[in-house]
Amino acid sequence: MTAARRTVSRRDLLKAGTGLVVAIAHAPLVALAQDSGAPTPLPGSLNANRLLAAWLRVNPNGTVTVFTGKVEFGQGIASALAQVAADELDVGYQRIDMVTADTSRTPDEGFTSGSQSIEQSGTAIRFACAEARQILLAAAAARLGVEAGDLTVADGTIAAPGGKQTSYWEVTTDAMLRREATAKPKPKAAREHQLIGQSLARRDIPSKFTGGAAYLQDLRLPGMLHGRIGRPPVPRAELLSIDAAALKAMPGVVEVVRDGSFVAVVCEREEQAINARLALRELAVWSRPELPPTLADTFDRPDPGLQAQDSVAYEKKASSASAAVRQIEARYTRAFQLHASIGPSCAVAHSVDGKLTIWTHSQGVFALSGDIARALGLAPASVICVHLEGAGCYGHNGADDVAFDAALLARALPGRPVRVQWMRDDEFMWEPFGSAMSVKLRASLSADNHIVDWRHELWSYPHSRRPGGREGVNLLAAWYLAHPLQPTFPADVPLPNGGSDRNAIPLYDFPNQKILKHYMPDAPLRTSSLRALGAYANIFAIESFMDEAAAAAGADPVEFRLRHLRDERAHAVIEAAARNSGWRPSALGDGGRGSGGTLRGLGMGFARYKNHACYCAVVAEVEVDRSSGIVRITRAWAAVDAGLAINPDGIVNQIEGGLIQSASWTLKEAVKIDRSGVQTKSWSDYPILRFSEVPAVEVDVIQRPTEDPLGVGEGAQGPTGAAIANAIAAATGRRLRDIPFTPERVIAALA
Amino acid sequence: MPTPFTLRVNGTACSVRAEPDTPLLYVLRNDLKLNGAKFGCGQAQCGACSVLIDGIEQRSCVYPVSAAGGRSITTIEGLGTAQKPSALQSAFIHEQACQCGYCGNGMIMAAQALLLRKPKPSESEVKQALDGHLCRCGAHNRIVRAVLRASKGAQS
Repeated sequence: MTAARRTVSRRDLLKAGTGLVVAIAHAPLVALAQDSGAPTPLPGSLNANRLLAAWLRVNPNGTVTVFTGKVEFGQGIASALAQVAADELDVGYQRIDMVTADTSRTPDEGFTSGSQSIEQSGTAIRFACAEARQILLAAAAARLGVEAGDLTVADGTIAAPGGKQTSYWEVTTDAMLRREATAKPKPKAAREHQLIGQSLARRDIPSKFTGGAAYLQDLRLPGMLHGRIGRPPVPRAELLSIDAAALKAMPGVVEVVRDGSFVAVVCEREEQAINARLALRELAVWSRPELPPTLADTFDRPDPGLQAQDSVAYEKKASSASAAVRQIEARYTRAFQLHASIGPSCAVAHSVDGKLTIWTHSQGVFALSGDIARALGLAPASVICVHLEGAGCYGHNGADDVAFDAALLARALPGRPVRVQWMRDDEFMWEPFGSAMSVKLRASLSADNHIVDWRHELWSYPHSRRPGGREGVNLLAAWYLAHPLQPTFPADVPLPNGGSDRNAIPLYDFPNQKILKHYMPDAPLRTSSLRALGAYANIFAIESFMDEAAAAAGADPVEFRLRHLRDERAHAVIEAAARNSGWRPSALGDGGRGSGGTLRGLGMGFARYKNHACYCAVVAEVEVDRSSGIVRITRAWAAVDAGLAINPDGIVNQIEGGLIQSASWTLKEAVKIDRSGVQTKSWSDYPILRFSEVPAVEVDVIQRPTEDPLGVGEGAQGPTGAAIANAIAAATGRRLRDIPFTPERVIAALA
Repeated sequence: MPTPFTLRVNGTACSVRAEPDTPLLYVLRNDLKLNGAKFGCGQAQCGACSVLIDGIEQRSCVYPVSAAGGRSITTIEGLGTAQKPSALQSAFIHEQACQCGYCGNGMIMAAQALLLRKPKPSESEVKQALDGHLCRCGAHNRIVRAVLRASKGAQS
């Protein structure tokens, strides 16, 4: 409990500028909370981390330390949570000091994923701070000899009628919050919010734009070495031989670490490690297994014909529904795609006296620590993982894998910190991909042009292969060791969140629905969480198909959606996006001539993310050049309802950014793969949307201050893909059903 | 052979010792402990590592240290600090012009180079100047607004 550990927290790092402070951190208080008996359910992440002191500490020096198990990766969560805490406590925003995911200090809140941080951590912090406020006020009331109910708080200063005063900073004690939360003191009502709902400036931004120590990549420990990994040319290849002596003779090479088919160089200087890695590639002799065909190779066939686990994910049957008079069918596909972070994955590991400290930009430090401990045969408490921010990741990229790479090298060189930086081709070839998917849809329409029967059949690889399984190790290098560890092939993420079937159930009011799933756990190429998981392809398919059904019904696509929706909040975002875009209702969609001989069209896409997070409707305007096949998205309008908006500008930023990223996926992105391996190695192999191609974007945030806050980080991905497809169809009369919509595909569709 | 070089970085002369073909990026980051320039691709394709050399934007990940001797190198640290940011940095902060911000160094340095040669660029000139810089979070429009904001400040 009091075992001191050498850790360097994010806060210390940032405070130290380019220098380094080694702090002594106390072991987590979190464990205390486990002692209680049969627990009553508590809101958000408070339920699994029940001690108030696990969430906040009110310091005599006039600051409040707030602990979250969620991580910052540019989505602004640390700032939004500070805003929540400051508002509930009635203290200034600047007084809040955030500590983010650290296995030795913060609550375990699982992964920072699924647009759930505001709902899980935000809710816990709201309740914990509301309760802490009440406890502090009770102590103040006793000290001042007044009723707690008569006290007011302003920036931590507590005032009683008649002028008596004290403050949080005077009444706080260490023991005060060492108790289990009850969640009985309710957080503020919407009308009492002073900071929640304001677009406060993010706290991480000034150092990012001035060269401050803002990222894990900026961590420099004394005596730190630089590692680079020699990855195989193709998955499952074996290292047959390597002339380690030749490598070791190179300038600066401290060690060549080989364990089975895992091989790496460790050097004094970074450029030496980069050069040694190039030499390693020349010297290493690998077996060359062929990559088996993937789902993406079957897109030209009506049925993939691949082995899969088949199940009915969802079924709804109406006792009475109008008779179907006609049926339509279509098939939609999505290529393997990349997270493609601008900064390739990086980690620093340090082995001291058999204990490992790893600085990582993983989205799940507790799961990572567990997998690394299992892989290395260490006690979980001997592997401390501290989160520091990396480049934006948008899901499960190479962050966890590089952390294990660094751990392996640090274990080989105890006492010396080792920094491992993946090179660009490491990231592109070895990060887990977003799964290729195929979705077949069939709809039956009644005589009055309502959809009465809906069938959704999907094929997919996993959308979650993160560390943290009960057995096995989901870390890349572990599968290549002399004694390889087995990966886990987890079941698909279950509904209601869903993985491959995320958002496969339409929000529309179709009386008969059936969702069939063909799930393929063992992909020839590793796939895992990419922003929105299966929702991107499912919503793209559903919302494209809604336009196809509207056309079959002779209806305007916007009106046709509303016809099938009862949810008033869904109506509101669809109507707002249509209104803001100047949508002109037409049975053919809103299309016509664009500038310079192009064809112009507007298209809509809508979804409620996961059917329980934010509502988002997107209208895209495109211009299609018939001769070149180039699609330009000229403008886009999004309308979003996230319930109570903690930080409206943060929501705008997430939705606009997600929309632009999804536009890039939809128009441009596909991993190049052939039988000899992954051929996407540099940005020239994987173009993404550039400044000259980015549309103007307007985001309309529909404020609902009395509703619960809803996650938004992934809300725009699916609607945007469909909006673009529908806009192209409105412009050209031709439908594109295979993502990405490359110029070659557009030309083929127009032929 | 490791060779001594004298570099002028942000107005200060610095002595370093490195192989002549060492990319300037690693000298800036590891020897001079400057965080601003970022490793992104090592192939001059993404722009995260950009610095100014004699006022011109260069990709430090492919710029050999031996070519930098005697030239004036400006990194983002040379523009301003978090406490005292330059007008351009202030505009980026004001517009909250990033999500992860990893590309931000390159965006600001490319914009700085643009504003040096053209103090009042049009929106399309800003987009053209930044077109060789990749952003994955989708902060492009905010970044363009930040550069235009800074350029308008320069007029008044």
